[in-house]
Amino acid sequence: MRAVERPADPAGTGWPARLHVVTGKGGTGKTSVAAALALALARDGRRTLLVEVEGRQGIAQLFGTDPLPYEERHLADAPGGGEVRALAVDAEEALLEYLDMFYKLGAAGRALRKLGAIDFATTIAPGLRDVLLTGKVKEATTRTAGQRRAYDAVVLDAPPTGRIGRFLNVTAETARLAKVGPIKTQSEGVAALLRSPMTAVHVVTLLEEMPVQETLDAITELTQLGFPVGRVIVNAARPPLPAGREVTAAELRRGLAAAGLPADRDTVAALAGEARDQAIRRELEDSLRGDLVELGRPLTELPLLPDGVDRAGLEALARALHGAD
Amino acid sequence: MPSEDAAPRLDVDQILADPGVRIVVCCGAGGVGKTTTAAALALRAAEQHGRRTVVLTIDPARRLAQSLGLTELDNTPRQVKGIDVEAGGGELHAMMLDMKRTFDDVVLAHTDPAKAAEIFANPFYQAMSSTFAGTQEYMAMEKLGQLHARGEWDLIVVDTPPSRSALDFLDAPARLSRFLDGRMLRLLLAPARSGGRSMFSLVTASFGMFSKVVQKVLGAQLLTDLSGFVAALDSMFGGFRQRAEQTYRILQARETAFLLVATPEPDAVREAAYFAGRLRSERMPLAGLVLNRVHRPAVDSLDAATSLAAADRLAEEGGHDGTVEVLRAHAALAQQAAREQRVAARFTEAFPQVPAVSVTAQPADVHDVDGLRTIGAAISRP
Repeated sequence: MRAVERPADPAGTGWPARLHVVTGKGGTGKTSVAAALALALARDGRRTLLVEVEGRQGIAQLFGTDPLPYEERHLADAPGGGEVRALAVDAEEALLEYLDMFYKLGAAGRALRKLGAIDFATTIAPGLRDVLLTGKVKEATTRTAGQRRAYDAVVLDAPPTGRIGRFLNVTAETARLAKVGPIKTQSEGVAALLRSPMTAVHVVTLLEEMPVQETLDAITELTQLGFPVGRVIVNAARPPLPAGREVTAAELRRGLAAAGLPADRDTVAALAGEARDQAIRRELEDSLRGDLVELGRPLTELPLLPDGVDRAGLEALARALHGAD
Repeated sequence: MPSEDAAPRLDVDQILADPGVRIVVCCGAGGVGKTTTAAALALRAAEQHGRRTVVLTIDPARRLAQSLGLTELDNTPRQVKGIDVEAGGGELHAMMLDMKRTFDDVVLAHTDPAKAAEIFANPFYQAMSSTFAGTQEYMAMEKLGQLHARGEWDLIVVDTPPSRSALDFLDAPARLSRFLDGRMLRLLLAPARSGGRSMFSLVTASFGMFSKVVQKVLGAQLLTDLSGFVAALDSMFGGFRQRAEQTYRILQARETAFLLVATPEPDAVREAAYFAGRLRSERMPLAGLVLNRVHRPAVDSLDAATSLAAADRLAEEGGHDGTVEVLRAHAALAQQAAREQRVAARFTEAFPQVPAVSVTAQPADVHDVDGLRTIGAAISRP
């Protein structure tokens, strides 16, 4: 394996790594964040690859395209002539490709699949599956085309926080099963890249208790395993509340009347109740935000999109990520 | 909620009180509140309906587990103390699934101790019993089958594993038993059955080529381990398959009720819709959809646009800062509620006959029995 060098951050984007692994608890929007990051890093004529590995077709659903094949495809243009490509890595396809590359299998590879051997090989050794998936990601990250790199950055929509440590820790899983041979060599190469400064593992969270707890746990685990933790990305965040005071019913009634809105007792009470619930929620959010700040990691907040994550929403998230400091 | 206009309302009390219902399975995407929903329903069944209930949780949040007395992972149900069951005579027991231990128990149940020890020592068994994607789903089904067979409970409430897809819960057991019973394993076993001197002595030409590739890629030691693992498991195939099929039939029976759990987010709703389709094609009884974390403005008559416009006017006039804040917060809430309704409608339009219930978002997370009781009441009386 070529020695890994610290990549520069020529565009000054605040995202110095070349391989960005995006994880987070289920439901935090890690696929959207990964896609927005791929868009952000493709600005100004750069080219990025957005990869998914769990067979969920989350990227295709997000962009409203046909299911992604095991093939790098154009996904979107970025401002300034940039391009995002997408790839859905399939463990079986990756194994066939790998066998073909090293053993020139050709038709024999297809025969193996017919026999169920490929399915078998990726099933019997769970670690093998992950080595194949991360191995393909490594290949795309380090590939060169002529004098330049095929991709300026690769963004991986990775498994959720509960499984990320095991997924990335490929050598531990395969070392148990394969003491020698190409699988071992392959997993060592992958491990070297994943633990180098070329990689950053970003954790996506919401300002809710469970996702924040899992974020803290995942960062501890990743740090112990020696993976470079990048940013904590708070998705769907609302800005902290100004230190306000509670509005009185009388004040609210006057305000509603001044705005020409119904100001009857029920409406005033209901709106005041909403405001109170919001305040409780905001206080909890502020305290959770405090827990995240205490980590001392770079923290990026992405705004809550009132209309959900459509294409325009993704662009808005990409702009927010691009300017991250 | 449109789900309430379009779909019949889900009455969970009717399900929990029905003595004919013995199993409730909560399934859905990750992060939608499955575990909390399962625990809340089990608590309600015990407290409100006097049923002797056990809840099987897979991976509960630490504080929720503690609140149920699940401080140690010992793979057996423990009674939850301090709940309010005096009147009805119900009981609540809770357990957390220990995947590896459940697998070990299955092995022990199907083979003699010497063989079991051999299996436990095999690196493939160790890898498979602790990390195979699907083992957790398989073992959840296995544990469900065990609890059901013991016949000690009126009602078993099951949380399902936080899989990459809700469908894994249905697919993984079949995949695992297909794998354990598959053609590849039989090919690998052929030499072992014929005396085992040479590992691949009896195989066909194409398989000889395969074994060469496997030797090259994986190494000979690995093949020896694999062959040993396969040979040791051989005696258990029938048992595995039979148990998986038994549990599958229980899931199809009238005594089971599947509850889909989702939040009004596109991914969660899409998962729920996939799952509803699958349950229908597998002839499994889908009881309804629990839609968690739904936002509802307290004032319906004031829409987001009107509210925002009024806030802007007041802000310009000045002197009504408090009201401006309240109106903006209301507009945001109304906007979110409208978006959630559009998302939820994707499910109810596809499955208009499936009863649904919406649970309003709680201002804070739930991690004690009181919180579970509140959720249980909210699911029952929306």
